[in-house]
Amino acid sequence: MIKLKVNRKDYAVEVSPDTPLLWALREQLGLTGTKFGCGMALCGACTVHLDGEAARSCVTPVSRAAGKEVTTIEGLSPDLSHPLQRAWIAEDVPQCGYCQSGQLMAAAVLLRENPRPTDAEIDDAMSGNICRCGTYQRIRRAIHLAAQMKMKTAKAKGGGR
Amino acid sequence: MNEILNLSRRCFLKTSALAGGGLVLGVYLPELAELAELGSPAEAQQKTSTFAPNAFVRIGADDSVTVLINHSEMGQGTFTGLAMLVAEELDADWSKVRAEHAPVDPAYNHVGFGIQMVGGSTSTWTEWERLRKAGATARAMLIAAAAADWKVDPANCRAQNGYVIHAATRRRLSYGKLAEKASELAPPQNVALKDPKEFKLIGKPTKRLDTPEKINGEGVFGLDVNVPGMLVAVVARPPVFGGKAQSFDAAKAKAVPGVRHVVEIDRGVAVVADGYWPAKLGREALEIVWDEGPLAMLDSRTQREQYAELAKQPGAIAKKEGDVATAMLQAAKKFEAVYDLPYLAHATMEPLNCVADARAGSCEVWTGTQFQTEDRDAAAQVAGLKPEQVKLHTTLLGGGFGRRAVIDSHFVREAVQISKAVKAPVKVIWSREDDIRGGFYRPRAYHSIAAGLDAAGNPVAWQQRIVCQSFMAGTPFEAFIVKDGVDETAVEGAADLPYDIPNLLVDWQRAPGGVPTLWWRSVGHSHNAFVVETFLDELARAAGKDPYEFRRALLTKHPRHKRVLEFAAAKAGWGKPLAAGRGRGLAVHESFGSFVAQVAEVSVSREGKLKVHRVVCAIDCGPVVNPEQIRAQMEGGIVYGLTAALYGEITFENGRVKQRNFHDYPMLRMNEMPVVEAHIVPSTEKMGGVGETAVPPIAPAVANAIFAVTGKRIRRLPIRAEDLRKA
Repeated sequence: MIKLKVNRKDYAVEVSPDTPLLWALREQLGLTGTKFGCGMALCGACTVHLDGEAARSCVTPVSRAAGKEVTTIEGLSPDLSHPLQRAWIAEDVPQCGYCQSGQLMAAAVLLRENPRPTDAEIDDAMSGNICRCGTYQRIRRAIHLAAQMKMKTAKAKGGGR
Repeated sequence: MNEILNLSRRCFLKTSALAGGGLVLGVYLPELAELAELGSPAEAQQKTSTFAPNAFVRIGADDSVTVLINHSEMGQGTFTGLAMLVAEELDADWSKVRAEHAPVDPAYNHVGFGIQMVGGSTSTWTEWERLRKAGATARAMLIAAAAADWKVDPANCRAQNGYVIHAATRRRLSYGKLAEKASELAPPQNVALKDPKEFKLIGKPTKRLDTPEKINGEGVFGLDVNVPGMLVAVVARPPVFGGKAQSFDAAKAKAVPGVRHVVEIDRGVAVVADGYWPAKLGREALEIVWDEGPLAMLDSRTQREQYAELAKQPGAIAKKEGDVATAMLQAAKKFEAVYDLPYLAHATMEPLNCVADARAGSCEVWTGTQFQTEDRDAAAQVAGLKPEQVKLHTTLLGGGFGRRAVIDSHFVREAVQISKAVKAPVKVIWSREDDIRGGFYRPRAYHSIAAGLDAAGNPVAWQQRIVCQSFMAGTPFEAFIVKDGVDETAVEGAADLPYDIPNLLVDWQRAPGGVPTLWWRSVGHSHNAFVVETFLDELARAAGKDPYEFRRALLTKHPRHKRVLEFAAAKAGWGKPLAAGRGRGLAVHESFGSFVAQVAEVSVSREGKLKVHRVVCAIDCGPVVNPEQIRAQMEGGIVYGLTAALYGEITFENGRVKQRNFHDYPMLRMNEMPVVEAHIVPSTEKMGGVGETAVPPIAPAVANAIFAVTGKRIRRLPIRAEDLRKA
């Protein structure tokens, strides 16, 4: 039995400790928003947050996630209100959509670390995530837009004080 | 896959009250039959059809409008674009419109191909009339229902944004309130469609309906399906195409905790477990002796020699005009080249998968498919049932590109066979390695081409021989696609050369089969456009002419090509100075009824490192439904074609595919993404397809740009640094 904390909820899963976190999330907890793309940390479709850091869940043994805060796409916001989700809608980013959970989870870490990334910084942070439909240009635009939204919200909050 | 058969269009318009109140317009819906607990499906259809529904639109008492989508959503935007067709004529409130996949039923058959499927960039133009009629019929019935309620002349009522309005008495009723009453009416046989000038939705950039579920984890792809009691299977397939398991020892596999069954199936040996991980470990522990079959020695290098030999022999003639041999003799200058373009894997982002639950007397299948009818029928065959005993659910597709339109339905057959064997619902998951090594590739294509210029530099002769496999021969599609011994999917984009060259010969040599091949986004155009557009460029340069002007002069009989080329060239600033070290190249190509021109800007480092900086793209696809999704498809098609041009190559050694995963079958990534500017040429010409049309021009546009900066011609793909390095 391995104890997991996912999207602020506690779970116990019964799998062998070497099972990748990806399959524990998908098959034990039914959190299928995190996708399987390559199984070798090459495509980023399985990206989740482990204590706030982007991790490739397809190569992370579930035992390594024990005792840590796991956040998946289902935990990014309860209601599509995360600036990245709003920007993804505004820029019509997804096509097939399969890679987008991973893209969003990678972008969320980027924006937290770097509130106003340049194109080059976006490229650096996002080049581990493959999109076979070719939505890269829209992802780049949406990250810039989300950064602007976050700044505005921050300013508005600051002004209200 | 351009040609559309003129099948008779049955009138499916029927109505029915929904159990929860509301109107279903369109055709007979199998779900409704089940709701009503009627007998056999055929009987149900009869009974339901007396008062029953229309296949394409469902209006709920809560004002919701659900459009049933019969062309699977695989990223190309059918959920949105097809719903727009219905909503426009329905005058629906777009904020209330939802889309969902249609069940499998003849009502949803492709109007051209006669089966339920998505492919050939045909979804929008083939539904252009049918879905607008479905919407207009619904609107007419809602108006009639309101008019009857108000006891006024329907001609004095109008529909607007989800309401029927009687202006004179200032009354209005929402569609939801009218739905039940409307469902009691007989659908009108002939409804008038709007004049395009009245369109409020069609032609306007419209946000995708499926974005929310694709950014919060809720969207259900095939891989996400969960059925109570479901097991997970992986299949050990032969390492060589055409091979077979001779014997196997399952003891070690069965010793892996969580492994439940090891069963032999037609396509290999399946390991069935409680989850993917134990199934995968079980497969690794499985010991199989393979009979590798006739392709055990297949090798890409010797295959090239074989293709080169075939290219020396005349093939089946796809196009013949004038007298090429004589013209070639009389030409002032002659040019010859051979091209070698590799097998390509589709590499959809979501690896193949299928869930099946085969029981005595029934079978359910859940999968992301482009081929509903074929897959359902295949499932029935494997399960030993009638097609109507199989219920196939279409999930979201994590990319299709042709890979999920499988003529032999192998990924569905496997799942049904395993489920039947282990007597439980089973999800078959393909690993990325299984997917890349699983075949059904874009065929390798070897081209031998020659052309002649007259003394003034005008092309007078063009002879192109294409050597590649046929994936149509021997299939139910053969009758449609193989004509006079020529597989159209092998020669499309070459046999219909638009350039005005008086003596023309295009023929095809069928290469031996064995390696499973299939349609890969843009099909034959993917290799033919590369050869045609780079070789023509070469002729232009040899004639001392600007490649843009050279093309324009040869396109006088093809105004749509010419116009789109001019549009792209103007937007790209063709002929204007570029930054030092950069070069421009262009290409124009017609495919799937649309016309696309692209101008690429590239630079090449001393070490031969290529960088594509900018691509300007113009499309003429006729009338436009959702311009934002056309632009998205241009962007995506360019990435798809560029990925293949830079990296795509499936090769064989000792009969085995060498590539495995994204490290050796790489994909274009964010840091390599050029700036793409996609333009739509205003057009009232015939509506064409979109999804595949941006793929063919990108590789030749880039190769022509490479020539502009390096003076080197690309004769093989993918583009290799060694072919670009300064000598």
